[in-house]
Amino acid sequence: MHGRKREEDPNPEETAAKALELRSLQSQFMSNHHQKIYTKEAIQLSAKLLITNPEFYTAWNYPKLAFESRLDEDSDPSLVNSIIDEELGVVQNALERNVKSYGAWYHRKWVLSKKGHYYPSLENELQLLNDYQKQAHQKQDDEKQDDPSRNFHAWNYRRFVVELTKTSEEDELQYTTDMISDISFTIYSAWHYRSVLVSSLVAKKADGFMPKETIRRELDYVHSAIFTLEEKQSGWFYYLWLLDQTVKMEIPLRFSSWPSDGSIIILSGPDCFNASSSTTKLTTFCSESGSFPLILYFDQAVSGVSSSTVTIGSELKDLVWEPVSDKKNSQVDSCVWVARLKFDCREPCFSRKETKVKVSLGGIVSSMGCNLTAPYEFVFTLRIHDTVEVELSQQESIVSWTDGFDNWDDNALSNDLNSLTALNADTGFEWRKKAIKIEIELFRTLPDSKIGKLILARLLMAEETMISNGVHYKEILQLYNDLMALDSWHNQYYKDEHSVALIHKVTSRTESMSRHLFRYRNMNNIICLRLNNLTLSRIAAVEKLLFVQMLDLSHNELHSAEGLEAMQLLCCLNLSHNRIRSFSALDSLRHLKQLRVLDVSHNHICGELPVDTTRYLCSSPLSNSGETGREVPNKYQDAYLVLRDLMKLKQLDIRGNDLIFAGEEFSSFVRQVVPKLVWLDGHKLTS
Amino acid sequence: MIDIPPYPPLDPSNYDLIVVGTGVSESVLAAAASSSGSSVLHLDPNPFYGSHFASLSLPDLTSFLHSNSVSPPPSPSSPPLPPSNNHDFISVDLVNRSLYSSVEISSFESEILEEHSRRFNVDLAGPRVVFCADESINLMLKSGANNYVEFKSIDASFVGDSSGELRNVPDSRAAIFKDKSLTLLEKNQLMKFFKLVQSHLASSTEKDDSTTVKISEEDMESPFVDFLSKMRLPPKIKSIILYAIAMLDYDQDNTETCRHLLKTKEGIDRLALYITSMGRFSNALGALIYPIYGQGELPQAFCRRAAVKGCIYVLRMPITALLLDKETGGYKGVRLASGQEIFSQKLILDPCVTVGLESLSSLTDQQNETLSVLVPKSMINKEKIARGVCVIRGSVKANVSNALVVYPPKSLFPEQLTAIRVLQLGSGLAVCPADMHVLYLSTLCDNDDQGIKALLSAMSNLISLPVPENRQSDSVVENDTSETKPILLWRALYVQELVKGEFGGTISSMPSPDGNLNYNEIVESAVKLYEKLMGSEELFKEETSPAENTTEEENDGGVEIED
Repeated sequence: MHGRKREEDPNPEETAAKALELRSLQSQFMSNHHQKIYTKEAIQLSAKLLITNPEFYTAWNYPKLAFESRLDEDSDPSLVNSIIDEELGVVQNALERNVKSYGAWYHRKWVLSKKGHYYPSLENELQLLNDYQKQAHQKQDDEKQDDPSRNFHAWNYRRFVVELTKTSEEDELQYTTDMISDISFTIYSAWHYRSVLVSSLVAKKADGFMPKETIRRELDYVHSAIFTLEEKQSGWFYYLWLLDQTVKMEIPLRFSSWPSDGSIIILSGPDCFNASSSTTKLTTFCSESGSFPLILYFDQAVSGVSSSTVTIGSELKDLVWEPVSDKKNSQVDSCVWVARLKFDCREPCFSRKETKVKVSLGGIVSSMGCNLTAPYEFVFTLRIHDTVEVELSQQESIVSWTDGFDNWDDNALSNDLNSLTALNADTGFEWRKKAIKIEIELFRTLPDSKIGKLILARLLMAEETMISNGVHYKEILQLYNDLMALDSWHNQYYKDEHSVALIHKVTSRTESMSRHLFRYRNMNNIICLRLNNLTLSRIAAVEKLLFVQMLDLSHNELHSAEGLEAMQLLCCLNLSHNRIRSFSALDSLRHLKQLRVLDVSHNHICGELPVDTTRYLCSSPLSNSGETGREVPNKYQDAYLVLRDLMKLKQLDIRGNDLIFAGEEFSSFVRQVVPKLVWLDGHKLTS
Repeated sequence: MIDIPPYPPLDPSNYDLIVVGTGVSESVLAAAASSSGSSVLHLDPNPFYGSHFASLSLPDLTSFLHSNSVSPPPSPSSPPLPPSNNHDFISVDLVNRSLYSSVEISSFESEILEEHSRRFNVDLAGPRVVFCADESINLMLKSGANNYVEFKSIDASFVGDSSGELRNVPDSRAAIFKDKSLTLLEKNQLMKFFKLVQSHLASSTEKDDSTTVKISEEDMESPFVDFLSKMRLPPKIKSIILYAIAMLDYDQDNTETCRHLLKTKEGIDRLALYITSMGRFSNALGALIYPIYGQGELPQAFCRRAAVKGCIYVLRMPITALLLDKETGGYKGVRLASGQEIFSQKLILDPCVTVGLESLSSLTDQQNETLSVLVPKSMINKEKIARGVCVIRGSVKANVSNALVVYPPKSLFPEQLTAIRVLQLGSGLAVCPADMHVLYLSTLCDNDDQGIKALLSAMSNLISLPVPENRQSDSVVENDTSETKPILLWRALYVQELVKGEFGGTISSMPSPDGNLNYNEIVESAVKLYEKLMGSEELFKEETSPAENTTEEENDGGVEIED
């Protein structure tokens, strides 16, 4: 079991004899069982069978039936007790045979739950369990076997007995301390049980378990385990859990929005492509439909965003909030919520050149239980520009990712580059910041270890999230580079984390960000963020990128477009020369209703492979094809699911992928699904 | 020296081997020889088993030390030589060599001690313990001597210094985890070093494994202390490894005074012994165990084994003379104090037995040759060991009864050249009455004063020595210190010579108790001597029958260790 070699049977004859005996026992037992014979002899027989083979599950059923039939006949308390003792004895013997027998542990639980007046023995039960667990772990913990048993059954049973006996959590915490200190500090279950107890005691605000002190105490305790045997993972699990508690305990819900607080948004009417607006300093948003999105991004998934919890203090009414996720109702948990604000120059409220819009949030609940009670407000300003007439032919010109970019010459970015804002008061910020600082100093002293580097990188990242001054990113990136070299087995994970840190680094300061920002001349000078050629394998920090309309992620190592769904303003996206393998990896693009230009050329997109199991969780693709009355070829199912929602798509580039996406068949399929498409693979479609 | 009761003459009077002295080495040899079918006569001049390894009551210990110390009465008041009946032999008188010097015994609470005097089992050659994986245990299991001894664990090991604080020796991963005096980084470094050693040991047993880390040949030949430095271990940890785990004596950092600079190879062997000892018996708490009723039980166990195999025992029986063949000068036999002459092929003698130089002058060259091992050599490096025994009330560390304390070189005072080891044993081991402890101290030294000074320094660090002038000031001092140190009731200080054993064909001389903490070297040298004596015959080879094997497995390898 578990990769251990089975030893060769040294004595085959003896084994055969044993098997024969067991078989005869079993057949005798089965006949008793079927005929419902519950005599003393029959019960003894079943006990004998169970002790020889505790894994024979049926045999654990029989004593339960026997027990009940015996109790019906007469219920003298002393007899009940003696029967219970008998049963407990059988279980104990069976457990000596195999400590991990589900049946045995379950039966013990069942027997104990049967008595009401049998409490005195429960004290013994806990004592017995104490000795038993200590012994069992001690046996396993000698250096040769080096992997202490993970007897979940015993620990599980322990929780059951603890509940029955109403043993205090403090006592149980002491028990885990004893196990860890005296038996072995590598017992996973003991550390896990400890985490359960500590979080419960902290939640209860038990005496001596204030979060600050408790976390410090526990951190100091687990340090010793980690530094003594850094390659034992049991301590790390507990450490990571603690770290999580340090960062997240009492943490406020944080958010960012577009438009952001204090920003000025310039709205142009429909068809503003190529409009020669001279605006340079402020975000210009062009809309064909006469509406613009209001985006709320939360750092934890939240529910309850609706017109009653998020109100707009202007003439705009009846906003419909939608989560950017597959399900569409306000009870769903989502990080990104979007509402469309309609503007029409003819309406009185927009007749003024400038309008202030006040948004207030309240009554939002995060999936982590963070409840936003005190309302939070932010204000932004709208400016309306008159519609500019545009020639039709120009409107349909191809968007190039190579020319037409002007360098960013603007320093007024700070308003758009907002990081997350805390929505409610952060009570423990100082001690948490301090705790993380201490941890960082400590783990800097453990330089040669893989796990030490990883933890250090995580700690530095955690500190960045807390104080966001951008000083650690260089070190974090170096750590992940080292880790990639040290531990190729988990290369992809480190690469992802490296990407996350890199994007955070780029977006952390205006100066670094502006190096990647450009204006695209041919499209009303919209803002283009170019994060190409950075070996990114994952997208992050989207909360800072909500304003981006044009995004170049080409020549990276992305596997998926996950995360981009928050960037609701995006109209041009370049994902060429990445490692995307299927259309289902582009699923999040479905939510980008503004998308006009999409370049996914030179990836590894295939038609049917690889099998993506998440698709079976969605509604059947077949029913969709029925809706539109179109037969979708099987190989284009995934492509169809993404493309059908991109109603504004004018330009699609999919060269350099699977050959099924080249040629007439695909071209005609795309034109059916995306009627507005003008450019496919660089060629203008003839209507 | 002892009144010899009239003995009936021994029968037979011819043996394959006569062994004189019942110390550990002599007893191992007697047991091994009788097991292999030789006829053995085992004699001891003392009324108890164990010779220099005996455990005695306080009065017996006192009188043994006095009677075996320097400037003994001119020669034993043996009667003048009776003329030899057989004129084929010449007899050579034997002289007793004193192993002990500077013996000083003081009692501070005589009444209490007298009341309990017979409840002490105090070791002559303390401090000494058994490592669970050392040769003595292997030999006991092989010979079956394990049936006669029970052991208990030493609860804890400490490292001490002049501050008086005793710090736990972090010798296992659990101990490292729990240790409060090491910094986290030190824990990490120490554990990494242990793992390196373990991996090295594993790689030497599994030859095909290329993944395990091995220490390079070059490092193995370099001084161990340099290797530890190369592993970037801080001085504190180096000191723990060198003196509290590898149990070295000499200051490895001082090349001038260090008599034995340990090579990495030897250092790794010593760590290996410690590490394998830790995991050998599941009911032992650590690496070290100690026999209940004192270390005198060990030689006795081998003697019992020998007796079962037909060895004949006579205590209180000194030998007075050796009998040599007149013609060839070869060894023939011995004359007992009772006057009887006994003959044997071979003779093994206690380190105290020597021949007087004056008697050698009249002998032929051949006769001198036979006796050469018995001639006291003038040693160039006259290394000695200072030993101390204290009976105390209380314990040197709260809640710990049986413990080892090591003071590395220079830890107590700058001129301290060698490590001082202290072993505290309690009534649980049946060596003293309840609420008392026996402390054994030892350190290697060049001269008596140096050794005694070091021991006194360690003693005053651990226990409050009675101030003779004024009892009041004593109690004031006690009030000042928050921790009350244990009180000294009785003390013995003595310096023992370190005599090496010697193989001389027919006559061999055994070594005195050595300066080590365990029996490893003593037993190994006994095994070597046996092989020389009997050809290449293996010790106790027929003892392990399959039936015994299975019971041993169930019984933790056959060694009885009480929890």
